Amino acid sequence: MDKTPHTEPRQSWTFSNEINSEIRRAAATGIYDIRGGGAKRRVPHFDDLLFLGASMSRYPLEGYREKCGTEVVLGTRFAKKPIELKIPVTIAGMSFGALSGNAKEALGRGATMAGTSTTTGDGGMTEEERGHSEKLVYQYLPSRYGMNPDDLRRADAIEVVVGQGAKPGGGGMLLGQKITERVAGMRDLPVGIDQRSACRHPDWTGPDDLEIKILELREITNWEKPIYIKVGGARPYYDTALAVKAGADVVVLDGMQGGTAATQDVFIEHVGQPTLACIRPAVKALQDLGMHRKVQLVVSGGIRTGADVAKALALGADAVSIGTAALIALGDNDPKWEAEYQKLGTTTGAYDDWHEGRDPAGITTQDPELAARLDPIEAGRRLRNYLSVLTLECQTIARACGKSHVHNLEPEDLCALTIEAAAMAGVPLAGTSWIPGQSGF
Amino acid sequence: MPVLDMSETPLREVNTTLQAAAKSLANEAYVIENPRGSHAMAVGLDGPLEVTVKGSTGYYCAGMNKEATVHVEGSAGPGVAENMMSGTVIIDGDASQYAGATGHGGLLVVKGNASSRCGISMKGIDIVVHGNVGHMSAFMAQKGNLVVLGDAGDALGDSLYEARLFVRGSVKSLGADCVEKEMRPEHLAVLKELLAKAGADAKPEEFKRYGSARKLYNFNIDHAGEY
Repeated sequence: MDKTPHTEPRQSWTFSNEINSEIRRAAATGIYDIRGGGAKRRVPHFDDLLFLGASMSRYPLEGYREKCGTEVVLGTRFAKKPIELKIPVTIAGMSFGALSGNAKEALGRGATMAGTSTTTGDGGMTEEERGHSEKLVYQYLPSRYGMNPDDLRRADAIEVVVGQGAKPGGGGMLLGQKITERVAGMRDLPVGIDQRSACRHPDWTGPDDLEIKILELREITNWEKPIYIKVGGARPYYDTALAVKAGADVVVLDGMQGGTAATQDVFIEHVGQPTLACIRPAVKALQDLGMHRKVQLVVSGGIRTGADVAKALALGADAVSIGTAALIALGDNDPKWEAEYQKLGTTTGAYDDWHEGRDPAGITTQDPELAARLDPIEAGRRLRNYLSVLTLECQTIARACGKSHVHNLEPEDLCALTIEAAAMAGVPLAGTSWIPGQSGF
Repeated sequence: MPVLDMSETPLREVNTTLQAAAKSLANEAYVIENPRGSHAMAVGLDGPLEVTVKGSTGYYCAGMNKEATVHVEGSAGPGVAENMMSGTVIIDGDASQYAGATGHGGLLVVKGNASSRCGISMKGIDIVVHGNVGHMSAFMAQKGNLVVLGDAGDALGDSLYEARLFVRGSVKSLGADCVEKEMRPEHLAVLKELLAKAGADAKPEEFKRYGSARKLYNFNIDHAGEY
């Protein structure tokens, strides 16, 4: 018997099982992997920041007695009718088509109960979401599917979408499985085709003519509606500055953890910057222009908890927006569907083939039987509860830092656990006064 | 006939006046003098109204028009009649880029030439250009008809869907998935009606029809090189 010692079989870090499985999938199919959601890789995030809390030099507020405001007003720069929200958390743009009608209704119900806004997506405005959303932001996208002046006027705000965090520089995609008659009718397309949304707007190319486009939108809507400009986390300083130049009332900044209905995995994981890295440059652009708090900044991409909300606000955002988390609150990736996820070759928490339209939870589908699984009233209630928790958690932290309004949180309330996060967020590394890149090191 | 003189009337007042007049359904007629290339003029009109613009316009003239007739006695800047829903827009001169972009309905007539991307992403609008159109016209065009009495530039109808393109002159090149198609009687009938509406002196039989080969409607790895 050979008693020579053997080393344990060693897996390659470079060629991991996950990487190898993707190579085999690519070799078998000849096409890149498409999926929903945002970046799954580990990137510096809000978890890498901590609040310092009150102590000898800071005076806390009593948790159950003293007021800590959460309201936010968006669109104060030019719009005659700014949007007034009770909480600093909004629902991000997600299309009917990508989501079922029931899911859109649930988002509207939950957001309205919580006192915040929802947002349309590519494909136009549906009665489900207009009817159930007290405050509805209407996205103005390159495809202009379903775009019409009546819906512009029915909206409470208009969001010109330049990009999104999952795919800065990329267009949209909705595969044929989800192009039902209703979806096709709203988009003026044949049923069952793979629908591609353009990556660039058809009638303007840069900030100079976007400024004129915004003038047109304001003229059509009597200067009433706040105009947002949504950008992906690419060059946040310049993108924010140019959005202000183009006349935005609100800048929506979406980092790479922000979700998409369907995009190439390589795009999601390798283009764009983490949300954490985007906020301070955007805030600096606003400050340099004297527009911080005058043009509001809404940050999205990986917001999950009230702590994330509080950290984004402390770094200078006026509000945050959630998409993926809202879907999870509705019931996406719920363990009760595990058996069905297994049949689809995946598991709870990892299901991301939203583009295929076979969502067991009935959210990212146009299949009537699957969609019927989601009760919009109950799901809306869950979303309301979740939004309440985000707000309560954010208030808890703000009071601990001595703030009577969540907008009074500031970078000085934070420290970072890693050098990377300290550099990106512009706050000191914990236990030091060192802010990499700023302190002469 | 009421006159709005843009040398002394601000854009906001011009549009407010026109929008209210359209909404009143009174079938009024307005004249805009001294437009001086103003942007976003006569936009968002929603009702029967006749507007005559005595000169040239800037970006997005008659944007999102519904029912109204806007007649520009000059040339139009980029995005004229963008996202038009219904009604008629007539440009006596030339039109810049993206004329009729994403239009859902109505008729856009350009009596001169139209620049690049004429009819980009059109969704049901009819466009008749008496002269030539530039490159990438009818890019991703979904529905409606683009009629060109002159020539078309490079990549006509690239990645188009169900829009119909009729060109009397030459086509420099066709875009991805755009092919020449048979001109059947129903197409000749559509064309005849559009030419008549647009006051164009041409015979339907002189045109060729182009449309989608529908090979790129669903992704096929063997067609990846076409994009």
